[in-house]
Amino acid sequence: MNNTVLEVRQLRTYFFTRSGVVKAVDGISFGLRKGESLCLVGESGCGKTATALSVLRLIDSPPGRIMDGEILYHGEDLLRCSAERLRQIRGNRIAMIFQDPQTSLNPVFTVGDQVAEQIKLHLRLKSKPAMERALHLMEEVGIPQARERMRDYPHQFSGGMKQRVMIAAALSCEPEILIADEPTTALDTTIKAQILDIFRDLKQNRNMSILFITHDLGTVAGIADRIVVMYGGRLAEAGTVLDIFDQPKHPYTHGLINCLPSISTRRQRLTPIPGMIPSLIDPPEGCIFTPRCERRMPICSQERPKEVVISGEHVVVCHLYS
Amino acid sequence: MSKRLVEVENLKKYYPITVGLLARHVADVKAVDGVSFYILEGETLGLVGESGCGKSSLGRTLLRLEEPTAGRVLYKGSDIMKWGKRQMKELRKEAQMIFQDPQSSLDPRMTIGDSIGEALLIHGVGTEKERLETVEELLKRVGLEPQHAMRYPHELSGGQKQRVGIARALAVNPKLIVADEPVSALDVSVQAQILNLIMDLQRELGLAYLFIAHDLSVIGQISDRIAVMYLGQIIELADRTELFSHPLHPYTEALLSAIPLPDPHQKRKRILLQGEVPSPVNPPLGCRFHTRCPRVMKLCRREQPELQLLEGDHLVSCHLYG
Repeated sequence: MNNTVLEVRQLRTYFFTRSGVVKAVDGISFGLRKGESLCLVGESGCGKTATALSVLRLIDSPPGRIMDGEILYHGEDLLRCSAERLRQIRGNRIAMIFQDPQTSLNPVFTVGDQVAEQIKLHLRLKSKPAMERALHLMEEVGIPQARERMRDYPHQFSGGMKQRVMIAAALSCEPEILIADEPTTALDTTIKAQILDIFRDLKQNRNMSILFITHDLGTVAGIADRIVVMYGGRLAEAGTVLDIFDQPKHPYTHGLINCLPSISTRRQRLTPIPGMIPSLIDPPEGCIFTPRCERRMPICSQERPKEVVISGEHVVVCHLYS
Repeated sequence: MSKRLVEVENLKKYYPITVGLLARHVADVKAVDGVSFYILEGETLGLVGESGCGKSSLGRTLLRLEEPTAGRVLYKGSDIMKWGKRQMKELRKEAQMIFQDPQSSLDPRMTIGDSIGEALLIHGVGTEKERLETVEELLKRVGLEPQHAMRYPHELSGGQKQRVGIARALAVNPKLIVADEPVSALDVSVQAQILNLIMDLQRELGLAYLFIAHDLSVIGQISDRIAVMYLGQIIELADRTELFSHPLHPYTEALLSAIPLPDPHQKRKRILLQGEVPSPVNPPLGCRFHTRCPRVMKLCRREQPELQLLEGDHLVSCHLYG
């Protein structure tokens, strides 16, 4: 049964800077199915945003370049299709929400105009029906007094409301896939929870596939069906949400889960992951997590580990399991 | 029995809003609107609240980094609002601050060593040789290397910069540190390292902290007592364990229920708060929380509840307990 809507195969995206070549994404593969939410999890510099931007060919070139790999949308390679075809897909079949709604919304246009923009472009509706549709979307994402607020400008909205506007705009053409890059990171706890609810509803009511990018494991537990853990531009581990939380295999995944403060760890010292996130310029041979890994072996600094299937969906890239 | 290091009485900080060329004063942003609490020697008081609740303003006003509009702050029993320049300079040796953004709080044109040693220079502490030795000791204490003294901020990672901020605050041997969101901008693995450092230093040096954050898990990890702030006022204050096991105020309950748990099995019953935080320019009449409160009563719309001391040293401001 293959209901995979998007497949990323061996993606490599590098950035050519004055300091050297940053191997931001260095051979990652995963698939997204219809109606599921897949979370790309990792800390800063792990390549998750670069991966998401690569899917829609939104990498700034120069200095970035998608070196290799395939991005298959229903079998069609988005990296090799025409610019025209890509334009038909972007915003229409695959939509994206960026991290900071502040910088994604144009300050000189009303919110209503910005939500309706995609509708007019892709669905070729005239102004009035487009605005009606925009109104429905704004109501769907829970913007109160939507009819009046459509005529407001972005600066008149709070962070959480701006994010709802972004979601409404992304939904405007009923995309099959929604890519959301850290959509709740900048928001307060209670607002975060509200926005996550919206995503859950979207998945349920519209059978939408969501590629959700975040560094927050708490958010992941609340929304993910499957998880891809990234480190240093590479895959560390992938599996269902229960696989990853109940049986983390990769030492990095373990470390990530164990270092979280929680209200139940009463004033005990936390168990951090030693060291720092590596530079992706000229990464050393072997597994890129080696310098910080408490279970490193000689082979780890010599050879890059290969993907090993633990069970079913659960895979790990680590010499401990080869 | 620990002594009260700091006592805050009915502290207010209003930011005036002016209109027009002649700067007509039309309204105030009531950022801190009548806050009272104390901090014991060697304890950590956590201050939690969402954006716009006034917690950062409270932190700065407490140290007179901004002049308060009204109220008293007693340091070791003496009202610092009445202190002149010379006494205030002495206070700066006793009470220091760590800021959220390590990037903007370090002078990019000063070496790390100079930044850390600056306070020592200003207060005329020791000879140059002694100051250099102290800086080296401080670097080691916060987990950095002596050679970092020669580096510039841009050469360090976020976590390293935050360690520098801590070293700088420690340079003058303070008794109190106001930490304003010190780990919010850091990745989780680094966050754990810095939280451990903050806790270790407290044990070694007997420091008191006012720890300001919006993340309840972090607050819960590090605090002895916790104050919950909403729209310029403290609405609940209790011992950490007491607050988590018996939250009284509906806002606290909602905050707790909104914490995203890194555990896919726990489906917590979420308390949904309607709407957004009202503006601190025109806070709602009566109880400020009544517009969003799931347990609102008629009285709440008319009258502001008083902060009451209940059993278990638990302060709460809510008509449910009147």
